[in-house]
Amino acid sequence: MRITQGQFSFLPDLTDEQITAQIKYALKNGWAVNVEFTDDPHPRNTYWEMWGMPMFDLRDPAGILYEVNECRKAYPDHYVRVTAFDSSRSWETPRMSFIVNRPKEEPGFGLIRQEQNGRHVSYTVRPYATEKPEGGRYR
Amino acid sequence: MGTSETIAEGKERYKSGVIPYKKMGYWEPDYQTKDTDIICLFRLVPQKGVDPEEAAAAVAGESSTATWTVVWTDRLTACELYRAKAYRVDPVPNTGGDTEQQYFAYIAYDLDLFEPGSIANLTASIIGNVFGFKALKSLRLEDMRIPVAYMKTFQGPATGIVVERERLDKFGRPLLGATTKPKLGLSGRNYGRVVYEALKGGLDFVKDDENINSQPFMHWRDRFLYCMEAVNRASASTGEVKGHYMNVTAATMEDMYERAEFAKELGSVIVMIDLIVGYTAIQSMSRWARKNDMVLHLHRAGHGTYTRQKTHGVSFRVIAKWMRMAGVDHIHAGTVVGKLEGDPNMIAGIYDTLREPVTGQNLQHGVFFDQDWASLNKVMPVASGGIHAGQMHQLLHYLGEDVILQFGGGTIGHPMGIAAGATANRVALEAMVQARNEGVDIWNEGPRVLNNAAKWCQPLQAALDTWKDITFNYESTDTPDFVPVETPSA
Repeated sequence: MRITQGQFSFLPDLTDEQITAQIKYALKNGWAVNVEFTDDPHPRNTYWEMWGMPMFDLRDPAGILYEVNECRKAYPDHYVRVTAFDSSRSWETPRMSFIVNRPKEEPGFGLIRQEQNGRHVSYTVRPYATEKPEGGRYR
Repeated sequence: MGTSETIAEGKERYKSGVIPYKKMGYWEPDYQTKDTDIICLFRLVPQKGVDPEEAAAAVAGESSTATWTVVWTDRLTACELYRAKAYRVDPVPNTGGDTEQQYFAYIAYDLDLFEPGSIANLTASIIGNVFGFKALKSLRLEDMRIPVAYMKTFQGPATGIVVERERLDKFGRPLLGATTKPKLGLSGRNYGRVVYEALKGGLDFVKDDENINSQPFMHWRDRFLYCMEAVNRASASTGEVKGHYMNVTAATMEDMYERAEFAKELGSVIVMIDLIVGYTAIQSMSRWARKNDMVLHLHRAGHGTYTRQKTHGVSFRVIAKWMRMAGVDHIHAGTVVGKLEGDPNMIAGIYDTLREPVTGQNLQHGVFFDQDWASLNKVMPVASGGIHAGQMHQLLHYLGEDVILQFGGGTIGHPMGIAAGATANRVALEAMVQARNEGVDIWNEGPRVLNNAAKWCQPLQAALDTWKDITFNYESTDTPDFVPVETPSA
């Protein structure tokens, strides 16, 4: 399976050139770019690990792409995403988020159903990868 | 502009009998509006022989303190304050002559005329009696300026665009939805199949239609249970947060709360109501949604009966404004390109009303007043009705990225199946957003962007082939009165 979180997961994996174009768009809007990675792709895992801090003061797309690639090199078997933060009033939230690296094999998620009273079922989505401890997944 | 004809306060003014509204103090052309006033703009056509200022004064009177005759009990009150004041009447551009002369009447209402935080009270005055008033041939409420002082008494959207996106973990692109079709007749089990396929294929949301409540072919509990199975299965097969708008519209508030509670218990992220449940029920559900971390979707069922015709009713811009105050998170607000009413300028005005922190006056968009939203959350507009993947560049151009694009037929009617239809829409959307961000002129280059993506995405190719020539080019009825005139450059 292919996890389809983020803005561009239905497209073929973005090339460096395409990633740079998106970074330029973020910078043009005055947003700060951040790189994050995880090996727990649960849809409600909000806090991926931060590859340093959001690059508030780095306005050079090539410099940001360098950080993206450093993160990818360090965590080739992880999900890596690029997020752009908008600090302007009434937003103050991410305005972009797209995956730029993913493990070669994505086993996906199991759905655990807990039958309750009547026909009520409680659902738990569980990434198969997280059966292994953090850092030891997707190998 | 006329002059005031108000009879001074005193014995003469309160003699029993009937005097024109203008003389009663409802026409004050010199009135200086206050920052705390609620200001309304009405479009009116007076009956033959009624002068427009008198008609405007009558509207002001009937929507505030007046009755048809003089009453001495006015003198027990600070009645000058409570009287609404018509202060400006303009002929509507491009009316008169061969057509009926229409007028724009501006009326100011003091803040103390209204109960804090109550759309029901606000509307009971503003659109209460006056629309049936005999002295008027027709009346339409075109726009309202709500002062910050009054705005702050409303909760506003339970969730808002920002928090909804954070909860769904979806940024930087329009959301995608579809309404389950056929809207009536599917059993719960069959209904859930449509939901599952569409979500798995790439949609973020599927939606109950406005008239799906609890009918003999599918009772509400059954629908909720099967839909949540579909939502969770789709979430597991994509790794994304997914949702289905559970329509909790019902006969009584008790029923609606019961259904909403069940949706919450089952883990739904969103519930839905129809506009026809009424303003009070909408505010109640918004409060419930805020309390229960639930996104609240509103289908505008019924609005066309009073929003569509230019000379009657309430403009949808005003309804949108009331709904943002009442506190819905989503509202259907037009597509421009689809099968339902929608002039591009008017739609822009409505979308701004829903999404901007401050909406500036823009006559071409039908927005007559500056409106400060006083930090009320933003409402996500929903575009649905006769749209398909081939229009993606136009949709993104007209509607921007904070919108939910709902392709019902355009997903479920796909020749390769529902999931393929959803995939076609999602690929078209992501390709278009990517291109836009890269600086491509999508208005002109959009079709090329879609064709390029269709080369590697068979479902998109099939969608483009199936619907390539489908457009709905009818003239809009709700159109702007002001069009830009080119001014000679110096």
